[in-house]
Amino acid sequence: MSGAGIGSMSRRELLMMIGAAAGSSVAYRAMASLDMVPESDYKGPIKLEGDPKGASVLILGAGLAGLVAALELRKAGYKVQVLEYNQRVGGRNWTLRGGDSYTELGGFEQKCEFDPGLYLNPGPWRLPYHHNAILDYCKRLGVVLEPFNQVNYNAYLHSSKAFGGKPQRYRHIQADFNGGVAELLAKSTKQKKMDQLVTKEDREILLESLKGWGALENDYTYRMGLESSGRRGYDHDPNGGTIGKPVPSKPISIDEILKSGLWRYLVHGHIYEFQTTLFQPVGGMDMISKAFAREVGDAVRFNCKVTAIKQDGHKVTATYVDAKTGGAPTQVSADWCLCTIPASVLSQIDLDVSAPMHDAINALPYEASIKVGLQAKRRFWEQDESIYGGVTFTDLPNNMIGYPNTGYFGSGKGVLLGAYTFGPNAYEFTALSPQERVKKAIEFGAQIHPQYKDEIENGIAVGWHRVPWILGCAGAWTEEKRKQHYDNICRIDGRVLLAGEHVSYIPAWQEGAITSSLNAISRLHQRVVNG
Amino acid sequence: MRGPIPNKDKLMTPISRSARLALCAGLMLGLTSQAAQAVDHSFSNGFKFQETTGEAIFQGVCQGCHMPQGQGAVGAGAYPALAGNPRLASKVYPAFMVVNGNKAMPSFGAMFDDDQVAAVANYVRSHFGNNYTDQVTPAEVKALRPKKPAASE
Ligand SMILES: Cc1cc2nc3c(=O)[nH]c(=O)nc-3n(C[C@H](O)[C@H](O)[C@H](O)COP(=O)(O)OP(=O)(O)OC[C@H]3O[C@@H](n4cnc5c(N)ncnc54)[C@H](O)[C@@H]3O)c2cc1C
Repeated sequence: MSGAGIGSMSRRELLMMIGAAAGSSVAYRAMASLDMVPESDYKGPIKLEGDPKGASVLILGAGLAGLVAALELRKAGYKVQVLEYNQRVGGRNWTLRGGDSYTELGGFEQKCEFDPGLYLNPGPWRLPYHHNAILDYCKRLGVVLEPFNQVNYNAYLHSSKAFGGKPQRYRHIQADFNGGVAELLAKSTKQKKMDQLVTKEDREILLESLKGWGALENDYTYRMGLESSGRRGYDHDPNGGTIGKPVPSKPISIDEILKSGLWRYLVHGHIYEFQTTLFQPVGGMDMISKAFAREVGDAVRFNCKVTAIKQDGHKVTATYVDAKTGGAPTQVSADWCLCTIPASVLSQIDLDVSAPMHDAINALPYEASIKVGLQAKRRFWEQDESIYGGVTFTDLPNNMIGYPNTGYFGSGKGVLLGAYTFGPNAYEFTALSPQERVKKAIEFGAQIHPQYKDEIENGIAVGWHRVPWILGCAGAWTEEKRKQHYDNICRIDGRVLLAGEHVSYIPAWQEGAITSSLNAISRLHQRVVNG
Repeated sequence: MRGPIPNKDKLMTPISRSARLALCAGLMLGLTSQAAQAVDHSFSNGFKFQETTGEAIFQGVCQGCHMPQGQGAVGAGAYPALAGNPRLASKVYPAFMVVNGNKAMPSFGAMFDDDQVAAVANYVRSHFGNNYTDQVTPAEVKALRPKKPAASE
C-alpha cells in the first residue's frame, strides 16, 4: 500500500475524500434544517396543573415511556394502572448479569454466567450530555452516573483489508490523517492554488491554523518528529532521568491512510450524540428502570400480554392474557389509554383506532441489531494494551468492541461488548443460534485481540429481532414515512394515544421515549382538564 | 446508522434515515467496507446480502425470525410460520413480502436483488411441508418493486 504517493491522487479526489470525511457534519447541518436533529428541549420537570377529577389512565408497556407516564400522571392526581408483558419493568432499558436467564423467540435459552458485578447492557448503554430529560430523571431518582468513553485514542481502528489486517491505534490514524490533510492544504495554499477561495489576509491565518491543527513543522510538512509525536505518541515516551529523551514515532503516509478506509471511523466522536461527555449508570443501564420501579412499581401488573384495545365514547378497555400460560382473557378499563407497546407488536394487536393511526403503526418495521457480551478471565485490554474504556471499530461483522467504562485496573474478570452490529450482518448474526453468535464474536474479535483465545470464557448474545416483546431494536422511520405518518402516530385518537421511542424524532434513544411520553401526557392532561 | 461515507445515500437506505439512532453511528461505519468479499460464509460485506441460493438466504437471514424449521414464533407479538402457510399458495406473496415488507416485517428490497428474492421465495414454497411447484421469476420480482424505491428518499 505504499509507493503510490499522494502525487498520484488528483486534487479533486483528495477534496472529495476530505468532503467525505466531513460528510457527516455536513449531513448533520442538512438534517438540522430538515428538523431532524435529535435535540431534546426538555426544560425541567413537567408541571401538570389543574385537577384531573379522578380520571384514570391505563398505560400499556412499562418501558421508560410507560414508567415516566405512570410517575407523572399519578403525581398529577390520575388513577394509573400499567400492564406489562415481562416480569420486570424497563423494556429495552435492560441489563444482563450473572444468574440471569434469557429466552429468546424460538425458545433458545441462555444463562448469563458473568461474575458478580459484571454485566452487559444489551440495549441502551450511553447517555449524551444533552439528553436532558433522561439525565434529569437520573438526578431526581438518585441514579448515579459515571462517564462513558466514546472515543479512546488508544483503542483500535481495524480493517481486515489494510495494514495486513493489523489493528491501528486510533491516535495514529487520527493524527496522521489530520497531519496529512493539513500538509496538503498548506501546500496548495502556498502554491497559490487556493487563491480563489481565500483572501490574501486569510491565507496566512489559514496556514497558521493548518500548522496548529495538523501538527506541522515550521516548513508546513507533517513528518516524523516531536511535533507529530506530540499527537500520535512516541516510540519511546518522554521519561525521567537518564532515559528521559523521547524517541519520535514514524507517521503513516496520507495515501496509506486514505486507501485503508480507516479515516471513516474518525468522524464518530464528532457526531453530536457521541461528543464528550457521555454517561452511563453505575452498575448497569437498568439502574434507571429499577429506580422508576421504586416509585411506581406498585402500579404495574406484570406478565400481562395485551391482545386487544377497544374504545367507545366513554372508556378504553384492554384485554390481556397471562404472558406465559395464555389462558382466559382478562379485561381492564379506564377513561384513557396511553399505549407504549412498540409498533412492531402493536400492529398485531386488535386495536380500535382510526385508519390513519393504523396505517402509521403498520408502516413502521424495526431495525436489526445484535450485541454480544464476552467475559474475560482478566482485563487484558487494560493490562496488555492500555485501553481503558471506549470503542474499537472494525470492518469485521462484529463491527465494534466496547471496553468496560468502569472498574478500571481491576485484577479480576471483565466483560467486553464483543459485537454491536446493524444492517445485514445483524440479521445474519440473529439467524445463528445464541451460542454460534458468541463463537463468531470471539472468532472476529480474536483477529484484533489474540488474547481472546485464552481469555474469553463465556458470553451472551442478544439478537433484537428475536426479543419476544419488541421484534427488532428501534422504529425504522424514513423521511418519507415521517411525512406520511408521523402526525398520525402522535394524535389523540378518541381515548387512545401512543408514546415511546417510535413516537419521537430521537429514534433509538431513551430520550425519545421519555420526551414522547411527556409530550403525550401534557396533551392528554390539557384535554382532560379543559374538556 | 449514519455515515461519513461517500456512498452514504445508498447505504443509508432504510436504516439510515431513521438513523441518527443511538445505535446507528456504528451501523454506517460498519457498512462502509468497499471490498466485496465475504469475510465468512455466513456474513455479507456491505449493505447487500451476498447469499445467493434460497437455502443460504433462508438460513442466513430469514430464520432469524421465521425460525429454523419455518415454524414461526410467538411472544408479545408473533412471526408467522412459513411451514404450511396457506398464503404461500400465491408465488407472488412471499416475494412481495420480502421486497416490500409488512408491519413488523422489514422491506428487504434494497438488500436483495431480484434473483435472490426469487430464490428464497421459491425455497420457502418448496420446503417446510410446502410443495408448490410453480416458480416466481426474477422478472416477476422486479415488477413488485415500488416504482420509486421506498428506501431512496
Ligand atoms: C441495541 C440497542 C441500543 C440502544 N442504545 C441506546 C443508547 O445507547 N442510549 C439510549 O438512550 N438509547 C438506546 N437505545 C434505545 C432505547 O433503548 C429505547 O429508545 C427506549 O428504551 C425505548 O423505550 P420505550 O418505553 O419506548 O419502549 P420499550 O422499552 O421497548 O418498552 C415497551 C414495553 O412494552 C412491553 N410490551 C410489548 N408488547 C406488549 C404487550 N403485547 N402487552 C404488554 N406489554 C407489552 C414490553 O415488554 C416493554 O416493556 C438502544 C436500543 C437498542 C435496542
